[in-house]
Amino acid sequence: MQKLLLLGDEAVAQGAIDAGLSGIYGYPGTPSTEIMEYVQRSKEAAERNIKRKWSANEKTAMEAALGLAYAGKRSMVCMKHVGLNVAADPFMNAAITGVNGGLIVAVADDPSMHSSQNEQDSRFYGKFALIPVLEPCNQQEAYDMAYKGFELSEKYRIPVMLRLTTRLSHSRAGVKRFSVKEQNNLILPEDPKQFVLLPSVARVRYKHLLANQPNFGEESDSFGFNQYYDGEDKSLGIIACGIAYNYLMENYPGRNINHPVLKLSQYPIPKKMIDRMTNENKEILVLEDGAPCVEEMLKGFQEKGTPVRGRLSGDIPRDGELNPNIVGKALGIEQEIGLPVPEVVKNRPPGMCKGCGHIDVFNALIEALGEKLEGRVFSDIGCYTLGALPPFNAINSCVDMGASVTMAIGAADAGLFPSVAVIGDSTFTHSGITGLLDAVIKNSPITLIISDNLTTGMTGGQESAATGRLQSICEGLGVDPVHLRKIEPLKKYHDKNVKVLNEELDYHGVSVILAERECIQTAARKHRAESIAQRAKGA
Amino acid sequence: MKNDIILAGVGGQGILTIAATIGMAALHQDLNLKQAEVHGMSQRGGAVQSHLRISDAEIASDLIPLGNATLILSVEPMESLRYLPYLSDQGWLVTNSNPMVNIPDYPDVTKLKEEIEKISHSLILDAKEIARKAGSTRSSNIVMLGAASPFIDIPVESFEFGIGKIFGRKGEEMVNLNINAFKAGREYALKNC
Repeated sequence: MQKLLLLGDEAVAQGAIDAGLSGIYGYPGTPSTEIMEYVQRSKEAAERNIKRKWSANEKTAMEAALGLAYAGKRSMVCMKHVGLNVAADPFMNAAITGVNGGLIVAVADDPSMHSSQNEQDSRFYGKFALIPVLEPCNQQEAYDMAYKGFELSEKYRIPVMLRLTTRLSHSRAGVKRFSVKEQNNLILPEDPKQFVLLPSVARVRYKHLLANQPNFGEESDSFGFNQYYDGEDKSLGIIACGIAYNYLMENYPGRNINHPVLKLSQYPIPKKMIDRMTNENKEILVLEDGAPCVEEMLKGFQEKGTPVRGRLSGDIPRDGELNPNIVGKALGIEQEIGLPVPEVVKNRPPGMCKGCGHIDVFNALIEALGEKLEGRVFSDIGCYTLGALPPFNAINSCVDMGASVTMAIGAADAGLFPSVAVIGDSTFTHSGITGLLDAVIKNSPITLIISDNLTTGMTGGQESAATGRLQSICEGLGVDPVHLRKIEPLKKYHDKNVKVLNEELDYHGVSVILAERECIQTAARKHRAESIAQRAKGA
Repeated sequence: MKNDIILAGVGGQGILTIAATIGMAALHQDLNLKQAEVHGMSQRGGAVQSHLRISDAEIASDLIPLGNATLILSVEPMESLRYLPYLSDQGWLVTNSNPMVNIPDYPDVTKLKEEIEKISHSLILDAKEIARKAGSTRSSNIVMLGAASPFIDIPVESFEFGIGKIFGRKGEEMVNLNINAFKAGREYALKNC
């Protein structure tokens, strides 16, 4: 079979489709977005009627995925690392309920924070929930793990996490496929109480989860993704987790390495292999992209026995993603440094696109607030976060999805007036609605601007659950229609928009301003697609 | 055969199209390939790069180690210099001369050219002008690919295959336009190196 050229994310998606996936759920977030997008584009997924719509947020996605797995089908949920915080409640409890059909939780971490607020390592969540975690080192393994992860999930009726990092998510390579499996039939759980986490049931289920821990460890030793390669030079043994294995091998062309190497791609950590590593080697070097998860496990609080080096010892930087040079340096291999970057090269940070509606929103807000601008605009996660940079310097917070609304409430409680929140449409339906309900109940003196570009812009223009629904959502929550205003963020309406903002900024209660204008990127894409279609018609 | 290529530019300039075209050409030659891209926030007008590795042997890392790139192919002059630490002693730097000015402190272009000319193997060209002469200013990225093609160990017919695959969806006219742009860039490079 010919190889497909796939991103790591796409390999996960194809692996899941081929394994008989029945549904995938998720919320867009870099670097995980392309998993769902691939399934949405896939002709096979359409033919097989795989459910593949975005959810309102990661929590609803995780729960829907659990429901599909409850009914016996193979199910996947995908998200970025901080999305797992949003989904943490169902995620943790899904480990207790277990599943019926296979469930894979695909999470893409972003070490070095290329496009994120933090670089938390999802393997800790896997350990926290006591479930198996798979961490591929390359695109082929990403495919294999999605495909075989369902077998593992169904063998123990347990959700399995598939953890990716940015470099693998967004790097392409050739991938070979396995044979395509049929989907599972709808079948209800044998035990009708399995998913009823009343304390009496939950205690039993938890004991069951704990009893399975040695089995999960045994699988890590035998399932095949973890490999122990012996070497003669036992002054140092190397544990390379996930993609770190590639960076290690880059430093030994032709795989010409004489140290013992444990390629670690499945957790909980494989006891037999780790024992062998620590017994046979004088010292251990742990290479892992993200946090020192394995290093901490091996070290414990009081380090005794075989010395372990890694991010905690300072051999590898404590933060940031790995690369071949960092790994080579830790191994004492001389590294090229190349030419310096000339001083003439300036930073080029991202910015909002020319003609973007968010710009007109900020320009109006800046003028309306005037001298009061400083320190009172809470914002959120999306393209408009770039309002923090020059020339706007207009926002003072970006913490997590929906936090603009609720932080504005808290600051208003402290006496800050006006207290302003700026949020995007998709972020609002993700996690802003409940915050606005709080504001309505407390009658908080806040001004909420929903900058509605009719899409989920930052991640590349996925459909937004908010489109066409914002007015009725706000009305339904109880926002006073008199203070539910609409503006069109265009240069020509600037003065009019400033006036509306001024009126609402002066109001001592909940104001919501809906600023609607289509994202310039999605509008241009539509235009291009139309002209291609027309050309095709003409030809 | 082993080519380690850094593609450089500004988010929105379309370096991923160049990457995809080289990728298709490499597959046509049945070569191994790894291509790390930048998605997300930087795509909004920030500095973007792609690491593209092609080899007849197994490729380990998705990222190119410092001092190992055989080619920096940049569609913007300042961006061509940002990744110099990756360039090997014998590596080529090929860049478009047309600046993309979207920051307030964009440097003087003559200073950028001086720095580019300091690199022992460098080629700077006005891809927009060459593209215009070849038929459309919008194909300047493929002019750049053509200009870099002598430094990539893939035959011309495989590049043309790649262009056909990538632009085929947009019709035969677009394919031919881009093949002409490719040829014009390649010809310029062969004459001026």
